[in-house]
Amino acid sequence: MRTITYRDALREAIREEMLRDERVFIMGEDIAGYGGTYAVTKGLYEEFGEKRVRDTPLAEEVITGVAIGAALGGLRPIMELMTINFSLLASDLLVNSAAKMRYMFGGQPAVPFVVRMPSGGGAQRAAQHSQLFETWYAHVPGLKVVMPATPYDVKGMLKSAVRDPDPVLFIEHELLYNVKGEMPDEEDEYTVPLDRGEVKRPGQDITIITFSRMLHLSLQAAEDLAKEGIEAEVIDLRSIRPIDIDLLVDSVKKTNRVVIAEEGWKYYGTGQGLAALIYENAFDYMDAPIQHVTGADVPMPYSKVLERAALPKKSDIVNAAKAIVPAALVRK
Amino acid sequence: MAISNATLAGLTRTELLEMHYKMALIRRFEEKSAEEYTRGRIGGFMHLYIGQEAVGVGSITALRPDDKVLCSYREHGHALAKGMDPGAVMAELFGKVTGCSKGKGGSMHMWSNELGLYGGNAIVAAQLPIAAGVAFAAKYQGQDTVIACYFGDGAVDEGAFHESLNLASVWKLPVVYVCENNQYSMGMAVGKAWAVDSLLPRAEAYNMPGDQVEGMDVIAVYESMKQAVERARDNEGPTLLEIKTYRFRGHSMTDPAYYRTREEEQQWRTTRDPIGIFEKKLLDNGLATQSEFNDNDARATQVSEDAAEFAENSPDPSLDELYTDVMADNSTALTSRYERK
Ligand SMILES: Cc1ncc(C[n+]2csc(CCOP(=O)(O)OP(=O)(O)O)c2C)c(N)n1
Ligand SMILES: [Mg+2]
Repeated sequence: MRTITYRDALREAIREEMLRDERVFIMGEDIAGYGGTYAVTKGLYEEFGEKRVRDTPLAEEVITGVAIGAALGGLRPIMELMTINFSLLASDLLVNSAAKMRYMFGGQPAVPFVVRMPSGGGAQRAAQHSQLFETWYAHVPGLKVVMPATPYDVKGMLKSAVRDPDPVLFIEHELLYNVKGEMPDEEDEYTVPLDRGEVKRPGQDITIITFSRMLHLSLQAAEDLAKEGIEAEVIDLRSIRPIDIDLLVDSVKKTNRVVIAEEGWKYYGTGQGLAALIYENAFDYMDAPIQHVTGADVPMPYSKVLERAALPKKSDIVNAAKAIVPAALVRK
Repeated sequence: MAISNATLAGLTRTELLEMHYKMALIRRFEEKSAEEYTRGRIGGFMHLYIGQEAVGVGSITALRPDDKVLCSYREHGHALAKGMDPGAVMAELFGKVTGCSKGKGGSMHMWSNELGLYGGNAIVAAQLPIAAGVAFAAKYQGQDTVIACYFGDGAVDEGAFHESLNLASVWKLPVVYVCENNQYSMGMAVGKAWAVDSLLPRAEAYNMPGDQVEGMDVIAVYESMKQAVERARDNEGPTLLEIKTYRFRGHSMTDPAYYRTREEEQQWRTTRDPIGIFEKKLLDNGLATQSEFNDNDARATQVSEDAAEFAENSPDPSLDELYTDVMADNSTALTSRYERK
């Protein structure tokens, strides 16, 4: 066992896949000479050279089109968008082309490529640089959307994403790059599937369903709840699409109570979609209405005090859980 | 000692000294901002304008007060050149309610209806199509205002550049597209990003006049912009200016700038400083004295200090502000006709 950062785990995954498969190449804005805005691709240009580590002009649409085309042409592109905010300039090709080609052309084309991009707020980067769009993309049939939160998961899932036969949006979080976690030794190859969530902390009193940075807040909230005698089960969704519905239902059958915690906006979002699914699949097991912790329903403000108020906090999760756990259950 | 009623490029001594003051103000203001960023009073992304002062000041001097300006996120300089109160700019950087965007926008999102500053944009090239729209509205309403749209060399790579220039030309819109070619988009050298090494053939491709301008010479910038503005005001359509400049600092406050050498930066700072070049020109023409420069610089330093003090002493936005301004009527996603407990 060793401990590495989320950033280094990503780099290891890219590097190992590039060593494994000649068809894998990476491209994006400032990924080569600059080493990546978040230093994920640092050193890869030096190791693999210009042919496989490609700086592009500042043009998200053509980066995406080239990834799709290169995938059609037999390559395995990993493209980086500097942040998910700029993916909106690429979203036409992602939604209207990448997501539809296999189906629209009767199952003939394959577009296996990975879009890596960080998302999220919390660094005072204001309204145009603090967004989460997993919900937007997860709405679209034909895309896979994953948001792993730990070094172990990002490495294993990025490797799976590169090997996957379909387009995968691999969404990182700007505030997680320095998070450390335990890893198998470098020689011990592993992958993590793209369609499975994971129980990150078992518990029987309430289920907290979460993903990405909110996983870490949820685990801290679960510790606080434990001090008050409430054992929360924390489920890391990891994949936004597909949804590991069995994992959710099994947990709800046990705990009968659910808090969904996400960083993004509330309305028509991932959490509301999950809540509807849980009601559809496990209504009979529910003892209380689902509680939903989200970011404020506003464009992200710059001011530190306003940004803090806009972001969901650990205490929001704790309070949401306590609101639906009956006093009788709270052990002293 | 000079100093007569001589002029330079048709500008009076008073006007020239005002330009000098504005360049000094931007320089000192940005230095102060950098200091406050390091002290943690400013957060998020901050992109300094140091080195590019001649572009903003020279070109905005060629505008009328009612002309409109649209920018990228590197817009503190344009805001100051357009006449924004330095206190309101600094307070925005501090995220205070007295800031020009009430603290909601920060460094990248400055606005003023009164001054016609229509925003810093943090999505590269977003201002190009929007500027075409603002220009269309002016033309539609028979106004003779001109729209100046500033963007970097990187923005040229986006599809929005092509779409905007083409439409602006076809519709003959009163807009001047000002590319501040500071040689880099983040770490990407312009030579690696552009298929041609100049914007002139691009201007030609959109059937509009183009000009390549020495951007460290505020007078050259002014003169080129003046022509473009006159054309736009005379309903002759858009112009594309490529103004060659250099940012003396990193892309943003957190950029170690490994992609270029310290020697290259030093070379520009020592031999191509736009303020030094302007001062020399004024002295050579007997239009100003060193002591006038010193006075301007001292005033700029003091005003920047005062701006920081004003920002520091201003209040944060109240938490009620979180939900205001999303919609005109402050409505939210849910509308309900019933009282709920
Ligand atoms: C659509 C979009 N893509 C990427 C970015 C990230 N980014 C911010 S500034 C920048 C470089 C822009 O360079 P340039 O247009 O030359 O302007 P400069 O910073 O030199 O003033 C990049 C890539 C962004 N903000 N928006
Ligand atoms: Mg540039």
